[in-house]
Amino acid sequence: MELLRFITCGSVDDGKSTLIGRLLYDSKTLLHDQVAALEQSSAKGGNGLNLALLTDGLRAEREQGITIDVAYKYFATPRRKFIIADTPGHVQYTRNMVTGASTADLAVLLVDAAQGVQEQTRRHAYLASLLRIPHVVLAVNKMDAVDWSQDVYHRIRDEFLALTRASGFSEVHAIPVSALLGDNVVEASTRTPYYDGPPLLRYLEDLEVDRPSDPERGRLPVQLVLRPSDPALQDYRAYAGQVTSGAFRPGDAVVVLPSNIHTTIAGIDRYGEPVTEAFAPMSVAIRLRDDVDVGRGEVIASAKRPLRVGQELRARLCWMAERPLVPRARLLLRHATAASPAIVTAIESVVDVHSFTDQPAPAQLALNEIGKVRIKTARTLAFDTYAEERGTGAFVLVDEASNGTVAAGLIIAEEPAT
Amino acid sequence: MSLLSHLERLEAEAIFILRETAAQFERPVLMFSGGKDSIILAHLAAKAFRPALSPFPYLHIDTGHNFPETLAFRDRFTAQMGAKLIVRLVEDSIRLGRAVEEKGKFPSRNRQQAVTLVDAIAELKLDACIGGGRRDEEKARAKERIFSVRDEFGGWEPRLQRPELWNLLNGRIHVGENVRVFPLSNWTELDVWQYIRAERLPLPELYFAHQRACIVRDGLLFPISPFVRIDPEDDVRRTQVRFRTVGDMTCTAAFPSDVRDVDGIIDELRASPVTERGSRLDDQRSEAAMEDRKREGYF
Ligand SMILES: Nc1nc2c(ncn2[C@@H]2O[C@H](COP(=O)(O)OP(=O)(O)O)[C@@H](O)[C@H]2O)c(=O)[nH]1
Ligand SMILES: [Mg+2]
Repeated sequence: MELLRFITCGSVDDGKSTLIGRLLYDSKTLLHDQVAALEQSSAKGGNGLNLALLTDGLRAEREQGITIDVAYKYFATPRRKFIIADTPGHVQYTRNMVTGASTADLAVLLVDAAQGVQEQTRRHAYLASLLRIPHVVLAVNKMDAVDWSQDVYHRIRDEFLALTRASGFSEVHAIPVSALLGDNVVEASTRTPYYDGPPLLRYLEDLEVDRPSDPERGRLPVQLVLRPSDPALQDYRAYAGQVTSGAFRPGDAVVVLPSNIHTTIAGIDRYGEPVTEAFAPMSVAIRLRDDVDVGRGEVIASAKRPLRVGQELRARLCWMAERPLVPRARLLLRHATAASPAIVTAIESVVDVHSFTDQPAPAQLALNEIGKVRIKTARTLAFDTYAEERGTGAFVLVDEASNGTVAAGLIIAEEPAT
Repeated sequence: MSLLSHLERLEAEAIFILRETAAQFERPVLMFSGGKDSIILAHLAAKAFRPALSPFPYLHIDTGHNFPETLAFRDRFTAQMGAKLIVRLVEDSIRLGRAVEEKGKFPSRNRQQAVTLVDAIAELKLDACIGGGRRDEEKARAKERIFSVRDEFGGWEPRLQRPELWNLLNGRIHVGENVRVFPLSNWTELDVWQYIRAERLPLPELYFAHQRACIVRDGLLFPISPFVRIDPEDDVRRTQVRFRTVGDMTCTAAFPSDVRDVDGIIDELRASPVTERGSRLDDQRSEAAMEDRKREGYF
């Protein structure tokens, strides 16, 4: 059975939590005690069944009626398994949206039909495209509150399509829904004759998720070296890791980067058993033909398509800490299995939250701001751009004093000199 | 090039997490309770480092209210895996006055268990504890990170959690802090049973139908044990039951079943009307029961 990971996003109160509750409730994924607990806690509020309570799991969330943190929900239909990340709509929790989006195949973006496209909607559409989520569903919610108006639906849909035309999504699909009443969520609605597509769940079940990974671009970031203590295996040495893209076979010519060692794959073991092929996202251990010195943090790559190597990166950064990022800040960079002290040498631009254009030379990046930066690392790194490969094109920055993760980074290419 | 099955993906992800744990921490342990999730963890930990040995000793926080079947299984399994087992007793924490015994009909040692765990972490200078928690189990667990940082008191502060992006796990901590690691975060209960079937993993016999004397209460069956008080008005019967989770004898409900193998468990689960946690008295105490216990250092 195939797996689809998706994220729900949109402005606060657009109905994300209710929509997820509706998906779970109508697809009969909820079990008796969950329904009983839901009915019991809904009764305290006094307004009928409150489906949002299914995802708002923290005490503060229930008390304030909002989603604070990413909540993961799991459900399966006979056709597919789903992992949903329900993310908060408030501006101050944008970093959580980025977190949920980092592993998503699809984003369901909600818009309240009565409110239309909001700043948060545009922001989330922008973030989804930045993180290269290939598919987007625009769910125009609360259609019941606008009398199922065709005009309202079309106006919002067209505005959104115009907005995201240049975003690089491989598909944007719009659906008029009522999360509260269930129309077009699991069951098709009779109140939206102007919509002839499938209900949301059916769309999610049928969608083909293309994971564009180039089989030639094999990458395995080394997590650790397997060296058994058993004297009978004293010559055994293998490099354990998860293939992040492409494929490897015994006999393949590979290069270990950044140390730039050229060698050949002697064998591949999967949990101790030899296999004839390893491809993403398999966890394996690779044995190399030559007796070379390879350690954690290096990447084994197809010799034909090596990674870039260097100590200078250009990246899009989403800043996630209260304390703003200023030029010359020293941080720890974690990329694949490597880590290196790093300095943000320049903040080239910051994204304006209204126009989504890059404004040059800001003094700093504040919490939840996104900008282009230049970074210099103490160690040499082997990397791809994020557009090429998520696994070797993404990094995080860690504050060495607090140890907190303070930024998400997407490596971008140098712009050609003009 | 063929695609990985859903279970193979989950397995590859869990093994990635276990290898990160071995690489990023000095003194990690695997929390072993003898329940199905920890059996899977132990199995994955063995696979992850083959042909080398797993670097994780097992740590069991023994509440003293365990089923004898679970303890016998624990010792058998540990010997079979050639693993080192460390046991710390809630009984000792109570004796030393670190924890106070609950009173009542079904006295739980859940809170006390957190004390023993936090003390064991300090005593053994552990920096990572690998647990079998899954996000599908409970609402507060659904918010849990894969690397979840705890302060010296073992406390979980849900609002201050580090963002966890892509597969980049940040295990950096200050001295005295520790990380709870959850390799099975993205598994559901059904995935767990399908994996047990696929890998033919051994299990304590409690998971399968057997005859047992139980107290019937609020429609649930509670096993008779030296730790529960039997009152004259109690409805006690001997009946054929099995357990869906194996926690303490005081707080784990049995249910009538004639299922004797894993296939039967999977069929039963598919048709089952309640969640796993629905059979745990400890989670039904209040809406935020799990969140509160996690804040206090529970897993
Ligand atoms: N009329 C109407 N109200 C809705 C609908 N969906 C959600 N709501 C209400 O909108 C409010 C916010 O919903 P919630 O799911 O918490 O929004 P979130 O902040 O996006 O998670 C709640 O009062 C819901 O009952 C809908 O389809 N129609
Ligand atoms: Mg919400």
